[in-house]
Amino acid sequence: MDKDSILCRCEDIDLAGMKELLAAGARTLDEIKRLGRLGMGPCQGRTCLPLAARLLAEHLGCPLEEIELPAARPPFEPIPLGALAGEVDTVD
Amino acid sequence: MINKDAVIIGGGITGCSTAYHLARLGLKNVAVVERGHLTSGATGRCGAGFRHQWSTEANCLLAKHAIARLMTLADELDFPGGLEIKLGGYLILAATADLAVQLRENVALQNRLGIDSRWVSPEEAREIAPLLNTRGIVGAAFCARDGHANPFLTTLAYARAAERLGGEIYPHTVVRDIKVAGRLKTVSTSRETFQTPVVVDAAGGEAASITAMVGAGLPVYPYRHQILVTEPLEAALTPMILSFHHHLYCQQTPHGSFIMGLGDPNEPPGLNINPGWRFLREMAQKVTSLLPALAQVHVVRQWAGLYDMSPDSQPVLDELPQVEGFYVAAGFSGHGFMIAPLTGELMAQLILGCPSTLPMDMFRLSRFAGGHLQLEASVV
Repeated sequence: MDKDSILCRCEDIDLAGMKELLAAGARTLDEIKRLGRLGMGPCQGRTCLPLAARLLAEHLGCPLEEIELPAARPPFEPIPLGALAGEVDTVD
Repeated sequence: MINKDAVIIGGGITGCSTAYHLARLGLKNVAVVERGHLTSGATGRCGAGFRHQWSTEANCLLAKHAIARLMTLADELDFPGGLEIKLGGYLILAATADLAVQLRENVALQNRLGIDSRWVSPEEAREIAPLLNTRGIVGAAFCARDGHANPFLTTLAYARAAERLGGEIYPHTVVRDIKVAGRLKTVSTSRETFQTPVVVDAAGGEAASITAMVGAGLPVYPYRHQILVTEPLEAALTPMILSFHHHLYCQQTPHGSFIMGLGDPNEPPGLNINPGWRFLREMAQKVTSLLPALAQVHVVRQWAGLYDMSPDSQPVLDELPQVEGFYVAAGFSGHGFMIAPLTGELMAQLILGCPSTLPMDMFRLSRFAGGHLQLEASVV
């Protein structure tokens, strides 16, 4: 990877952007997400979070499994508001 | 044991603003203790709006001073990237004749306090927000100086400025216990133990559980509020749309995504912040009736956070009468983010005994004992 390598395709975050956040003191994926928008786009981090987790583990010098993933938030894939509005009373 | 001049509990906007203002007024050896990371509580979960349009004098004055401060805050805090401020206004819809009367009264109060809000017809409302379906709308209140700011960046800007002045942030540090011995308080946490004459409880939804550690009650209760965000689109909606009839707010952020939430009058008090399915459907139904074009827009994420509600929906900024040197900044009732540029300063002035920017009586705990509360009506 070089500095222009894209980590988060949805929000256009490259490796240099991630390194800036680490340099600014971010030490959790949640902080990187909230400050840098990484993982906030339509795919909700499916591509970028594993990459970012590896980079964060390297940066902190800790095993990958110690990196906490941000909460997985519904919906599991993007849904139009119109479809949700038309939903009849089947699940609740 | 670490000695501090003050320990602030809560690394949200209120705690970080208070730390900065304390340091600016000369109390520099200050710790901010945060359970998670900065903004992991209500601040980082909020709707990211700010407005002048309130129904009580206390909230109007808080908002007026705070928003004036916010306009130049990035310079004040030397935060060159800016705070993503958008001045799109708030358009507060009146869906009933009663609401129209109330909103017109609010506008009169706001104008008297020097706030430039006005009543607009449904036609004018549609000019301000062409996406808006005004069927069933009697009119709306509008203030062009209301808007959006980024809560993460604003909190970080305060935290960094406080650190430059000598303050210290302790993230991932959970307060376990507070012991009072004379003037000194010992704050035990999952990491360090602090000794300090001054404790500030800025713990949002957990504020009452912190005062309970020193044996004091606090009439502040947490309530879950749910919120969602969509994919980003080209700018199409300038103002925040707010409707107390629908318990709804919706705005398009500078990033392009639409962020929207609902208040649920039947939500019980508690610390639950799980997002629910019912909200998603009700939100979608209400917002697509007010803004039909949004039917095509995809929801990407939903979450929830806590409002720390006080009995009159106005904050408590006070020293506990039972414990000298123990201060409370809580009860923000869903608008803590937007008034923090002022509440942090008021807290610092209160703690240091400096002249106060606003009269503090309206924020004291003793108001709840008097019986005659000025209730804030304009809360979602």
